[in-house]
Amino acid sequence: MAITYIALSTTTVGSGGASQVEFSSIPQTYNDLKIVVSGRTTQASTADSVYFRFNNSTANFNARVLYASGSGVGNFTDTRYAGSEPGSSATANAFSNIELYIGNYTTSSNKIYLVDSVTENNAVEAYTYLAAAQWSNSAAVTSIIVEPNAGTFVQHTTITLYGIKNS
Amino acid sequence: MPATYDSIATTTVSGTSTTTIALTSIPSTYTDLVLVTNIKTTNNNNGNGWIRFNSDTGTNYSQTRLYGSGSGAGSDRQTGTDYLNLNVGGFNNGILSVAQIYSYSNTTTYKTVATRINTPDAYVSLNLGIWRSTSAISRIDVTIFEGYINAGSTVTLFGIKAA
Repeated sequence: MAITYIALSTTTVGSGGASQVEFSSIPQTYNDLKIVVSGRTTQASTADSVYFRFNNSTANFNARVLYASGSGVGNFTDTRYAGSEPGSSATANAFSNIELYIGNYTTSSNKIYLVDSVTENNAVEAYTYLAAAQWSNSAAVTSIIVEPNAGTFVQHTTITLYGIKNS
Repeated sequence: MPATYDSIATTTVSGTSTTTIALTSIPSTYTDLVLVTNIKTTNNNNGNGWIRFNSDTGTNYSQTRLYGSGSGAGSDRQTGTDYLNLNVGGFNNGILSVAQIYSYSNTTTYKTVATRINTPDAYVSLNLGIWRSTSAISRIDVTIFEGYINAGSTVTLFGIKAA
């Protein structure tokens, strides 16, 4: 049986940090994509957002986000939402666990993706997020940029892109 | 290293006369299943669908949903239904859903399912469901309530091995 779940590329941020991580020239031979992020930002917060660009576009994204903080639940809308990660105010060495599933990324229809994300923090404030998101564009996704809302990714942030085939 | 994430079956709809996609003869050699659906329909608006196991139309399913619309969040529950919920898209855009079906081949416990349903223009939800049967799952039917499944819709079943 064919291997259907393949790591296409992985980036581990070095000591200088990184303002973004880009996966370019994404092969068009898979059906779905998955991105896994273990990340942390220099932004002074306990949890801050991570954002996408598809094909370097920042337009026509929309997301609905449901979250739990440990003391309540809430929800909000966003544009390029791609998860959340601890900032410099969070417990040292705590990184996010973000999983993104992008369905039918080569289709001419809008691209829908889901986000599961946690930001652990050894204090009262920590979050779990679920998001449904969409890029309304007919172009196939050929490149993806992952970037913090503010600040930069710290050293040891690791982002991996997987390709998933259905046959 | 053994392959542990296999595509068992996939369907890409080519016409507009389909209401059900049946995945049959599911092998029992995996640990868990992942069902990925990206379905749009001939309807103008988003709609509802269902998942059934082994053609069981009895009231043997229950589910709890956690959801957020962007302007409100909540939870609801259905008991004694004859299906598990699965939302489907309208004419232009599909709805991406990913269902994790755990320990599907064991014959001693009921089967639990976690489904992430993603409707970016409406809401995000997590449905946790159970099928009260000790039978191994050998068939999954994906059905829509209204209209037909539109061309280009895809349903894929993956098998995950623990080793």
